[in-house]
Amino acid sequence: MNNSSNDTILKVEDLAVHFPVGGGLLGRSRRYLHAVDGVDLELKRGECLGLVGESGCGKSTLALTILGLQEPTRGRIVLDGHEVAREGMDRKARARIAQMVFQDPYSSLNPRQTVRRTLEAPLRLHGITTPSEIDGRIAEMLGRVGLRPDHAERYPHEFSGGQRQRIGIARALILDPKIIVLDEPVSALDVSIRAQIINLLLELQETLGLSYLMISHDLGVVEHMSDRVAVMYLGRIVETGGWETIFTNPRHPYTRALISAIPDPFKRSRGDKITGEIPNPLNMPTGCGFHPRCPEAREICRPSPVPELQEVGEAHLVRCRRVHEIAAPRGALVSSG
Amino acid sequence: MKFRANLVIGGVLFAGVIIAGIFAPWLAHTDPVMDANLLYAEEPPGSEFWFGTDAQGRDIYSRVLHGARISLTVGIVSQLINTVIGVALGLSAGYWGGWWDDVVNGLTNMMLAIPSLIFALAIMAILNPGLTSLLIALGLTNWSFTCRLARASALSLKSQGYVQAAKVLGYGDIRIMLTQLLPNMLGPIIVIGTLGMGGAVLAEAALSFLGLGIRPPYPSWGSMLSDARDQITTAPWISIFPGLAIFMTVLGLNLLGDGLRDILDPQARTRRA
Amino acid sequence: MTGQPILEVENLRIDLALGGKRFPAVQDVSFTIDRGETLGLVGESGCGKSITALSLIGLLRDPLMIGGGTIRFNGREIQNLSASEMRKLRGNRISMIFQEPMTALNPLSPVGRQIAEMFVLHKGASWNEAEKLAVEALASVRVPAPERRVKDYPHQLSGGMRQRVMIAIALACGPDLLLADEPTTALDVTVQAEILDLIRELSSAKGTAVLMISHDLGLIANMCRRVGVMYAGRLVEERNAEDVFRSPSHPYTRGLVASLPQLGARARHGRQRLKEIAGVVPPVSAFPEGCRFNPRCYASTERCRAEDPGVTALGDGSFVRCHHHE
Repeated sequence: MNNSSNDTILKVEDLAVHFPVGGGLLGRSRRYLHAVDGVDLELKRGECLGLVGESGCGKSTLALTILGLQEPTRGRIVLDGHEVAREGMDRKARARIAQMVFQDPYSSLNPRQTVRRTLEAPLRLHGITTPSEIDGRIAEMLGRVGLRPDHAERYPHEFSGGQRQRIGIARALILDPKIIVLDEPVSALDVSIRAQIINLLLELQETLGLSYLMISHDLGVVEHMSDRVAVMYLGRIVETGGWETIFTNPRHPYTRALISAIPDPFKRSRGDKITGEIPNPLNMPTGCGFHPRCPEAREICRPSPVPELQEVGEAHLVRCRRVHEIAAPRGALVSSG
Repeated sequence: MKFRANLVIGGVLFAGVIIAGIFAPWLAHTDPVMDANLLYAEEPPGSEFWFGTDAQGRDIYSRVLHGARISLTVGIVSQLINTVIGVALGLSAGYWGGWWDDVVNGLTNMMLAIPSLIFALAIMAILNPGLTSLLIALGLTNWSFTCRLARASALSLKSQGYVQAAKVLGYGDIRIMLTQLLPNMLGPIIVIGTLGMGGAVLAEAALSFLGLGIRPPYPSWGSMLSDARDQITTAPWISIFPGLAIFMTVLGLNLLGDGLRDILDPQARTRRA
Repeated sequence: MTGQPILEVENLRIDLALGGKRFPAVQDVSFTIDRGETLGLVGESGCGKSITALSLIGLLRDPLMIGGGTIRFNGREIQNLSASEMRKLRGNRISMIFQEPMTALNPLSPVGRQIAEMFVLHKGASWNEAEKLAVEALASVRVPAPERRVKDYPHQLSGGMRQRVMIAIALACGPDLLLADEPTTALDVTVQAEILDLIRELSSAKGTAVLMISHDLGLIANMCRRVGVMYAGRLVEERNAEDVFRSPSHPYTRGLVASLPQLGARARHGRQRLKEIAGVVPPVSAFPEGCRFNPRCYASTERCRAEDPGVTALGDGSFVRCHHHE
């Protein structure tokens, strides 16, 4: 597990992000919210890793930390062979490796800048100043994302949501990065537009050899796009494995609950649902974070420390003490029908 | 676009003052300072002296025109200084937060606690009266509203996706503030600036009235009013016309500010198509 | 099916006044809901599904207004009711829950009081009785420790708990019809599943009919027996829930079903390129001539561009609005 090989483009080790909450003024003891709490992650060249979990699980904080928008409390981030903290990698160097596509195509474009300015400014910043080269790169990029060259002179409000997301993708790709973080890339779009953007992202991944870290709560999209999937709950990864393993043979009760919570149009039952709400992250349960909601929880799940991730199959890790006692899913959860 | 009465009336009034100021040497009938002639002292308005003359026999029409130059210079320059200070402090405080934000907040609250005219009075008392001192005094004392506005805008804008995107693209902080945040908060800042300009014109008049601004014989509207105090019953035109000029200028600027607020409203501009 | 339906909507038209012109944001929409039945309305943002619901309880606000058609509730026409008569109906016989419960709840009043208010307002209960009933109502939506929770303010509750409170308020007076507009869109999936179960169980226990509105076709098919699909202000297809997925009739519905990555599809068939629907959803001010889907439709013909298609019955109360189905 520890030899970082050449085909790893992003490696995250024991990453933690703790936010101070309330109080704190002169001496009063601060409490810390453990948004991300010891995450190990590896993204291979050319693969799409789906990061799944509900609000407050830390998936967005994890992504922002990888991009340098959030300072980690501890841990290591290695981007394309460069260890970010040790090399003191600056924003510009990081920008040429990792970029991001945002969820909301409305707030993610500067309303006062034309598409050309949005794409030109980063090129200039990174030393591409020849007008002909800039024009060429912009035209090529607009073509790649399915926009016309004359769209460059327009302002964001002249575009539909789907087109705006294409502009956001063009901006993320303009510096030729290797990693793209996709933060819920289609969930803010009209349902009839989503397929266009999903197909575009998959095409771009293949032609440009991109690696995606995709955050999503839409399991249909995650299953469609991901090569591997990591499921997060309360700041920790609770299960990770190949997409097929996760979707046909999920072993962590939380992963199973997520899948069975998706309403099935044919009203088939997908398994047990869970009850209760995500605990307040300031008041974390002891032991396994999921035990208060877990239908399989027993006494063994409650005491500290947090259970370790254990390997239950090829590259299939589960953070559950009872994983070998819980019955394998009745048939495959989603492949029937 | 809808007809906007406040924008049009305010614009016309303000444009009139600007034209009067720029073309004063050509529009004026006499030199506002030198052409004193006691033979014609306190003439009422008529065909020769449109606005009448003052106690020294100077043409009030010419002096009001030249006074526009001083009022405009003071209004525009001091408000520019205020706006630059307010935006620089507010924008950086909102964007960076932390201890810098605390410092700027403290400073702003102090400024708000001291009446700006009193503060300007104190500065003028230290410096020598005159145009430069006046610009400094008014330019340093009225940035707190702009600062608050810029800070609040920066706070709400910095979480926008495009600001995050700029960071991810490698933009430095100063560049992000200037290219991503500033253009998106300019509308309300222009509005506050326009309204503040009216305030500066009034403040100049008040300071000059108190003898701490522009010194006689230079024709500032405030000092003209001050000179006319004694004749207000016997020769009311000496005070009416400079007073009217102040009134029209400030009214014009306030209407203009209101009108600009309507059209620069970011909600109307960035409405989803 | 016994007796008369609880709600009959006929040729409903909702106008949007924009720059001196009136645009039909919703047009020729007709549907009925039987007592105790759950009907789903599915469509994208701007298709008119939410304003259709708002029009049923007289909550349309300028620049939107009912432009024609009839709404019969319990056999009585209600589209022209006075504001005070509508208030008697609203919250009492017809109630509604919204996507974001935080904006629908009063932030300055404890949730128990907001539930109790319904009993005072519509049932003539005293505040004392009403407070007791509020605790019961909270218990019925499975809020833990309801006697303590009634004193909480909305901001002290999680999103899921707030939506439970909204449901408690909506169902307090045992309404005949519940309008649920994207009730779970703002919630996490595991919480969504619970809220949907709650709506399902409570409405069937109390015999409340439900109009369920969502952009999520899978959710609607799961919750409802019948589904209406809306596009650009028109009901383009109404079917039994399973048929919408198994054999969608309208090209728009077909496009939607084929364009969504279905959970389990990749495991069964491998990764297939998703079928795209070309173009974008038109704004109300630019609805196309003829069939409103024609610019995006793969089967569009000259006739689709010129002539508005009528309704073609498909048996068992189903219909589709498409020229290719005659």
